[in-house]
Amino acid sequence: MSGRAARALVTAVILVAVCAGIGIYIGLYLINVPGSVAATSTATGTQLYLATVPAAELTDPHPDWVSYYVVNSSSTDWRHDTTFQVPANTLVHFTIYQYDTATGLRNPYFSQTAGTDGSVLYNGKPAAVVNPAAPAHTFAIPQIGLSVPLPGANANAKNLCANAPCPLSDAHVTVSFTFRTPAKGLYRWQCFVPCAAGFIQGNGGPMQTVGYMGGFLKVV
Amino acid sequence: MSTIAVTPGAPRTGWRQLLGFNMLTGIILGIGGWFIGYSAIGPHIHGVGVAYYATESGQNDIGIMLGYFLGVVGFLVGLGFANYPVQRMLGAAPSLAEKESEEQGLFRYFSLSTDHKVVGKQYMIGIGLFFFVAGLNAMLIRTELLQPNVHVFGANQYLTLVGLHGAMMMGVMTSGILGPFANWLLPIMIGSRRMAFPRIESFTFWLLMAGSVILLTTIFFGGFQTGWTGYQPLGDQGTAGYDAYIGFFACVGIAMTLFGFNIIATIVTMRAPGMTWSRLPIFAWGSFATATLMLLAAPMLIAALLMATMDRTVQTAFYVPGQGGSSYLFENLFWFFGHPEVYILALPGFGVVMELIVVFARKPLWGYRLGIAGMLGVAFLSFFVWQHHLFVSGMNADLRPFYMLSTELISVPTGFVFLCVMGTLWRGRIRFTVPMLFCLAWVFNFLWGGISGVFLSDVPSDVTTHGSFFVMAHFHYTIMGGLVFAFFAAIYYWVPKMYGFNLNERLGKIHFWVMFISFNSTFAPLFALGLLGMPRRVVTYATNLQGLNDWVSVSAYVLGASMLVFLFNVVWSLGFKREPAPVNPWHSKSIEWQLPTPVPVHDFDRFPVFDPDPYPYGVEQVPAGAPATAPAGGAAA
Amino acid sequence: MDDKPHFRNIALLWLLASVIVTPIIVFVVGPGLPPGTGTVEAAGQVTDNTVLLALATPVALGVLVYMLYAMWAFRERTPEVIVDGPPIRGNASIQFWWLAVTTTMVLFLAGYGTVRLLADGSGGGQGPNPISVPKPPAGTRVLPVQVIAQQWQFTYRFPTYGGVETRTLDLPEHTLIQFNVTSLDVIHSFWAYQLGVKADANPGVNNVAYVTTKGPLNFEVRCAELCGVWHGYMFNSGTVVSRAQFASWITQQRVQYAPATGNLGPYSKTYFPQPLRRGG
Repeated sequence: MSGRAARALVTAVILVAVCAGIGIYIGLYLINVPGSVAATSTATGTQLYLATVPAAELTDPHPDWVSYYVVNSSSTDWRHDTTFQVPANTLVHFTIYQYDTATGLRNPYFSQTAGTDGSVLYNGKPAAVVNPAAPAHTFAIPQIGLSVPLPGANANAKNLCANAPCPLSDAHVTVSFTFRTPAKGLYRWQCFVPCAAGFIQGNGGPMQTVGYMGGFLKVV
Repeated sequence: MSTIAVTPGAPRTGWRQLLGFNMLTGIILGIGGWFIGYSAIGPHIHGVGVAYYATESGQNDIGIMLGYFLGVVGFLVGLGFANYPVQRMLGAAPSLAEKESEEQGLFRYFSLSTDHKVVGKQYMIGIGLFFFVAGLNAMLIRTELLQPNVHVFGANQYLTLVGLHGAMMMGVMTSGILGPFANWLLPIMIGSRRMAFPRIESFTFWLLMAGSVILLTTIFFGGFQTGWTGYQPLGDQGTAGYDAYIGFFACVGIAMTLFGFNIIATIVTMRAPGMTWSRLPIFAWGSFATATLMLLAAPMLIAALLMATMDRTVQTAFYVPGQGGSSYLFENLFWFFGHPEVYILALPGFGVVMELIVVFARKPLWGYRLGIAGMLGVAFLSFFVWQHHLFVSGMNADLRPFYMLSTELISVPTGFVFLCVMGTLWRGRIRFTVPMLFCLAWVFNFLWGGISGVFLSDVPSDVTTHGSFFVMAHFHYTIMGGLVFAFFAAIYYWVPKMYGFNLNERLGKIHFWVMFISFNSTFAPLFALGLLGMPRRVVTYATNLQGLNDWVSVSAYVLGASMLVFLFNVVWSLGFKREPAPVNPWHSKSIEWQLPTPVPVHDFDRFPVFDPDPYPYGVEQVPAGAPATAPAGGAAA
Repeated sequence: MDDKPHFRNIALLWLLASVIVTPIIVFVVGPGLPPGTGTVEAAGQVTDNTVLLALATPVALGVLVYMLYAMWAFRERTPEVIVDGPPIRGNASIQFWWLAVTTTMVLFLAGYGTVRLLADGSGGGQGPNPISVPKPPAGTRVLPVQVIAQQWQFTYRFPTYGGVETRTLDLPEHTLIQFNVTSLDVIHSFWAYQLGVKADANPGVNNVAYVTTKGPLNFEVRCAELCGVWHGYMFNSGTVVSRAQFASWITQQRVQYAPATGNLGPYSKTYFPQPLRRGG
């Protein structure tokens, strides 16, 4: 093979390798973008069921991390997504099955519910404020002033859930609330309890990774 | 002066060339070292606290740091850096016997080489590679910022992109000009055959490569969300990706310290007779000024990161408030390094531009001593200004006027450099070659970078602009508009001598004009974005700023495309066309151009005799092409 | 060497450009400079920026005019012949005057900036022991507002109103506000753009910044220091309203958030909430 042809071949091979490398490089960033889940519309309005667990599924890349999941009303169908799609300017109804034990709030200001339409129901009973040491997590959308503390399950219970998925028979607190979605756009939500065990100030790891303790609200 | 023992080994053929101490062995031993540290030793380091945190968080920081450390050690041992120290400890005589032979072709570039010209070319390719990776990150960042409410990347992936772009550019481009060009040119310019410590020279290169690879592994560990400044305690909160950041800057810090040390030792001790301090080319002075900063500032970074490592691994509290630590400690330690660091980036640009405009205006450097004073003044003052990064942080308010003054004062020696450039052009005979175009663009870009720096140094003005895109525009104008433009000027200027082939001039001019226009189109609006209230490192922004952001993103894509033009030029001209370059295409009177192309392994046969005048232009009118009987730059053969 | 009066040409061109452009910059661009004149400190920043611009414009024009002129006048007209230029190595007088003028300008700017900074603090965070404390408008008292930065939301606490904490920020007009900025976790930065205020929020530190509000104003607050994954989303808006509106707003907040206020600890300049180490 002549010198020039050899160089052309080598250049072509390197070019393909470089393009493949770039593709893989960009792909490594994109594969970790969590998917999104749409809230279901039922006869009684728009509903979404979520669950918070002390540790993600054993097959998850981070099986030790706390996490939110999207579930159904019987807590049997579990999806690991934290982007929720809801219609604009509508009253939506969230129900959260809270399976984790308490950590306590960093800022006790978040012990009071805010931004909901009507009261928040904790195991069926309405309450406006909880003990600041009680929450295991919160669900908050700062851009619209929504903040709901989620009390922890009884730490002494015998049937605490270890890893997702958790059945309804495991110890949990059911929190449900309604709020009016804002205008179309992308909003973010997060937990305000420093619940990332093993990370300094409890705010690393799952708190800083979309798909665990924070996500987006896609209002369409 | 000892003679150099050049003992070429028996040339190997075929696959046997891959055996022995080279990059392949280094990679294999490096991977082995990683696994020993991370998988074998790491999980067995038990302290009660450590085990608990590792289980809860699912990451073993000790294992990762050990893995990186042993990986780098393995890599360097595999390359052969341990051979000479071990031999000497066993009693062998000093020698420079490794790999100075002219055989072995391409394999020289994948191993430990004591030929400074090989190390220079290794730097050029290695730095070029990571420069383009970091540039790719910038394209991805601008893609994310096209729309405030549509996210292409996840929020934490975006922050990793931002951090990777910044860290990789800062770590790699500190040696961006000195690595390829000081290594290649400095010994020749001072009449020596080598740097003072050739193995250290090669060591700094390979350590930088190892560090850059470590930085890229952050993607596999979740990335880091602190940006290149790595503030604590946010970094402490990070997942294992932050350990890659620490590993990278540890390697960069050590490489920088040793590199600066090598340059200083070379210039101080290895100058040929007749090469006095007042006769040094201005590029050598620029390298010297930069090297003092590298030597003195880089260790601070290593210290700051060592403490961060201890916070993350063995639960100390250097930066944890409430436990005796302080977030201010990291900020101050980091910026004590960080501010000289940005002058490490800027000073080589000063040296290159002043060196090159002499050739293309065909006049001696105007104000040679003033230029030296300017560069040394900048270097000295750069240690006294770091708190201007902390004006609104709650630092002691009494100190702010002092740092405002010191930062404003730095513009005076910088102004000297501008005066030298402008004076050199006065009544010159300016030729608009591609290197000269880049140098002239440097003047324009650094003007805006410098003036915006004056605004930032003024505390009342800084209150609005700190932490906003105004700062981003300022440092991109100085670092990219300054350093990177000088980097390309140096490439177009010295490639004919380093590689023996011409780069296509037309493609070079296209590269220049597209880059210059798109660069300004990309970064000038960032001043406005910052002034309109957009903070740095944000994944979303006010919707009324979308128009400006889209303009910037499109311009950035064009800027990226200009780099592709450059890459095409390099591959085409050096790979295919291979038009042999004349010995002295720019008719420069500097010594490197009086040597033949390619420059022989040992550079000079005899000590060069230097004209006492470093820039003898206009002293005797030399017609084009006529070889001077006694080249003013020194006899080379 | 030609004997055209290059120096005179450049000087005249520069003078002409400066005389035309500088007033445009100062009188047309200046008043519109950020962050606007909505508060006393913001207006002070605008004045400061205008002075800086007024000085920077002739300097930039000087370099630009010279470079453009030089590239045109001193270009090589016969490129086929390599001819050197005259061996001019320097000029002591020019170097001296350049040094003198640039140093004087720099010292003036540093002095002016110091004077402006010490006058009212320019809205910047001054740390726990501020040295530039503006006087409150006649007949009013300073209103302390604590800005609590946490990952990833700002909340505001009013110590003189029972320590109530709010998530939105209303401020009374024509009042001296004393922001006490602190953080509960990592470094944030409280940037109230139209107020002209920026103060870093450091954990365990009280960073004081002053602003004297003028008339009603809408302002946006953004976090200006990278604080983690939701840094870009850490923003809220605020308004400067009349004193009466402010009084009724804060009363409404106190009533509505009485239970939360009961759970908050006593007001303090800094907080060290758990977990301090790795916990959760």
